[in-house]
Amino acid sequence: MSIVFLILSILSMAAAIAVKVMFVPASDGIDISGAHVFFTIKMPIQDLPITEAQVNSWCVILAVLFLCLFLTTGLKTRNISIRQMVAEWIVEKVTGLVRTNMGEYFEGFAPFIAAILGLSGFSSLSSLLGLFPPTSDINIIAGWAILVFFLITYYKMKAGPWIYLKSFGQPQPLLAPLNIISEVATPISMAFRHYGNVLSGSIISVLIAVGLTKLSNSLFSFLPGAIADFPYLRIGIPAVLSIYFDLFSGCLQAFIFAILTMLYVAGGFPAEEYAARKKRRQERAAAKAARSQTAGKHADN
Amino acid sequence: MLELAIGIILGGCALGAGCAMIAGIGPGIGEGHAVAKACEAIGRQPECKGDVTSTMLMGCAVAETTGLYALVIAILLIFVAPGRFVDLLMTTIGG
Repeated sequence: MSIVFLILSILSMAAAIAVKVMFVPASDGIDISGAHVFFTIKMPIQDLPITEAQVNSWCVILAVLFLCLFLTTGLKTRNISIRQMVAEWIVEKVTGLVRTNMGEYFEGFAPFIAAILGLSGFSSLSSLLGLFPPTSDINIIAGWAILVFFLITYYKMKAGPWIYLKSFGQPQPLLAPLNIISEVATPISMAFRHYGNVLSGSIISVLIAVGLTKLSNSLFSFLPGAIADFPYLRIGIPAVLSIYFDLFSGCLQAFIFAILTMLYVAGGFPAEEYAARKKRRQERAAAKAARSQTAGKHADN
Repeated sequence: MLELAIGIILGGCALGAGCAMIAGIGPGIGEGHAVAKACEAIGRQPECKGDVTSTMLMGCAVAETTGLYALVIAILLIFVAPGRFVDLLMTTIGG
């Protein structure tokens, strides 16, 4: 049963490759361009383009979903399988990470952080399959960063909108414009950091591939005929760089995006004010209950 | 005349991209300092190597931000701006 989910997970990545092979015009990997636009949907204000990045992103979402289902089908309490061990290890690690970085109150954030880690990591790693990595498109990352921005604002408003507005006047009311700018800069810097790292990696890879092609053409030009045109230097050497740019940088950026999400959400949360407000509310509710009780007694009399 | 104008646009964009990437100096120095301090910390307390390394990577990523802003501007100047500016020139002269 569980193997079906694994096959579906692989199939969803294969679907992304198939879509790329069928609809993206072939290139020799030398032109640097953005995501290929498959088609545009007519919308009232602005047309909505469906790009390679969106399609790949949905394929990665499906792959992660089926992978999670594969890991968690048939859970047992004893005599557990390796799949379940891996699933438990992931859950334990992410819960520990969230607990150490955010504190007890935010423990429910663990699934969200795991989702960010998985999605971002697999998106960056999809470039290993020759796909356009969704994380090198600013639109995808900006969407995640705006989601995180809404989360930060929601948790800052937990202690009441007045305290949230007052926090802009800290430490000086004159500094309010700067505080607003730094508030807006948070999602922008998060989006640019992730997108810039992945995109610069892919651009450098393309430049090195082009350079190696030219170098091998000029080095092996003494060979006769068509054998001289083959880029011998492009065998193996770009793969070494791919270890840094695709594997290390992709996983590191996913981790950093998750850590920054945790730090911003937990750091913006006004814990003391929230506790005071909660206490006040409880006291008011208790007083109200006591009053209604005495009122009820009067009515009985 | 038009060739000269387009040449100035392309050259200006390339020069601007190059100038923007001067900002790469800052993150380089900053990250170097961070890694040096992390090495010192690991030398002093080898047992907390894991914590120091993850914190250092985190700090490096944050210090990289200004460099990445410059990178994004350079990419825009190379891949996006020339086309826009040439279009603008064409609409201005009505060609």
